Amino acid sequence: MRRSNLPQNLGFLLLWICMITTLFFLLALLFFIVSKGIRIISWEFLTQGPRQFMTQGGIAPAIVGTIYLTMGAIIFALPLGLACAIYLCEYSPKSFIVNLIRIGINNLAGVPSVVFGLFGLAVFVKFFGFGVSILSGALTLGILVLPGIISSTQEALLAVPQSLREASLAVGATHWQTIKKIVLPSALPGILTGVILSIGRVAGETAPILFTAATFYKKGYPDSVFSEVMALPYHIYALMTEGTHPIRQTEIAYGSALVLVFLVLVISILAIIVRQRQRIIYVH
Amino acid sequence: MSRKKERLYHWIFAILAFASLFFLVGISIILFKEGLPIFQKVDFFDFIFGKSWYPTYDPAEFGILPLILASVWVTFGALLVCVPLGIGSALYIHEIAGSKQRAVLKPLIEILAGIPSIIYGFFAMAIMSPFLQKLLNLPTGLCAFTASLVLGIMAVPTVCSLAEDALGFVPNSFREASFAVGANRWQTLTQVVIPAAGSGISTAVILGMSRAIGETMTVLMAAGGAAVIPKSFFEPVRPMTATIAAEMGEAVMGSSHYHALFAIGLILFIITFIFNIAAELISRRFRIKLGLAR
Repeated sequence: MRRSNLPQNLGFLLLWICMITTLFFLLALLFFIVSKGIRIISWEFLTQGPRQFMTQGGIAPAIVGTIYLTMGAIIFALPLGLACAIYLCEYSPKSFIVNLIRIGINNLAGVPSVVFGLFGLAVFVKFFGFGVSILSGALTLGILVLPGIISSTQEALLAVPQSLREASLAVGATHWQTIKKIVLPSALPGILTGVILSIGRVAGETAPILFTAATFYKKGYPDSVFSEVMALPYHIYALMTEGTHPIRQTEIAYGSALVLVFLVLVISILAIIVRQRQRIIYVH
Repeated sequence: MSRKKERLYHWIFAILAFASLFFLVGISIILFKEGLPIFQKVDFFDFIFGKSWYPTYDPAEFGILPLILASVWVTFGALLVCVPLGIGSALYIHEIAGSKQRAVLKPLIEILAGIPSIIYGFFAMAIMSPFLQKLLNLPTGLCAFTASLVLGIMAVPTVCSLAEDALGFVPNSFREASFAVGANRWQTLTQVVIPAAGSGISTAVILGMSRAIGETMTVLMAAGGAAVIPKSFFEPVRPMTATIAAEMGEAVMGSSHYHALFAIGLILFIITFIFNIAAELISRRFRIKLGLAR
């Protein structure tokens, strides 16, 4: 027995090292972005547009643009995603077609984000003639996030105990009434978690908006859904790769990165909290 | 009346449910429609195995072998990082950590997963590449090595959470049986739990690989962008995704360059499609093996 303790200790040490290395990278990333970004952040940085060829001023239009794009994407994807998940969980007879839809969703989730960008360019920008605009970008992002919304909603619906549905049907409610009054309200926290996580994902996506929505510089705020838009993630990319003042731009990029990381972190922590509450409800 | 309404709802949901399938089909149709015209100008084999990518020269050359090899190298490098770290972390969280540690570690991994790829790209460009350049005395820090490293770190949460799911599917009775015959925790882990979760873990690896090969912003910013056949890990390369992202802005609509970029997108789409189907098939068999098939 004693002999076999050494490999066990070594093995556990190895796994511990893997875990620590992963955490080390996470902390290093956060540390650098927070410590260098915080120097740039000021009220002016958050509320004003860029000036003097990106060397002065702030990133307000980029923040606003990201909010527009994210809202647009969720408005487009949420009804579709909810309906799809409800159909698959509550209505679907186990059939060939339902399997086909499931496979479709799984594969859509695996499509590289830049390919969504190509699709958006060919369909929304060129074919429908929306141009490089908030509308094209939001629709592209909406399709990208659809599988995520569907699968998280599905999970939430599956977590609702079957007995609740049966009880509702037993007292004479119709199928739709059961879904609307019983299933959806019980699944709401789970659905909400999925939506919040999707918001975080959409807000940070860059590749799909490269050629469908984003622009490096636009004077003022967008005035219609057909106008080009500055967006936070694209702004970071452009600051690092374009322009004429690389050193000053890198500093501003640190600030922008901090704002984006902060937004996404707040969103994911919110999602984790909502989900943990839901777990407590179900356990008791 | 009410029955009519019920049927109406059923149909509305059924139609909307087809949307995602519709988009998947739509994406493939668009990629074929916009990508295939390049093969009227360039032979298919010359396109795939051509060694030079000079899309804006006159005459232009459309050989994407350097781009494919760059993607393969960078993805392979990323796997070397994300497979041990991801699976190791999953084993640690699921099999070793106590419930208190787990309550902290799982959300942390989730946070790592939620950080956008642009942030990793920025991190690679602003911090890692100057650091590695100095440390290893390289001509440039923006190279396949940096890209692999950052891409690997980025894929860790994907691999970790999927591997953890796979470990969760292994029934506790397996572990108890192993302890009962006198195996210690490490022996149980290596000889019972890992083999039982094996195909689930390989699904995790495949999906991690799929994520790495399709990732765009990180490689666009970190890999350096030279479209030449890579000779070492410390040279700049230009993977397929980065090529599309970097060049589509300048490609004239309807030109050969435009179609060539769509054709690259098509190839990427097919590769990730195959990976996803493979992962799906393996995980289905895995569930049957553990008696979890529904």
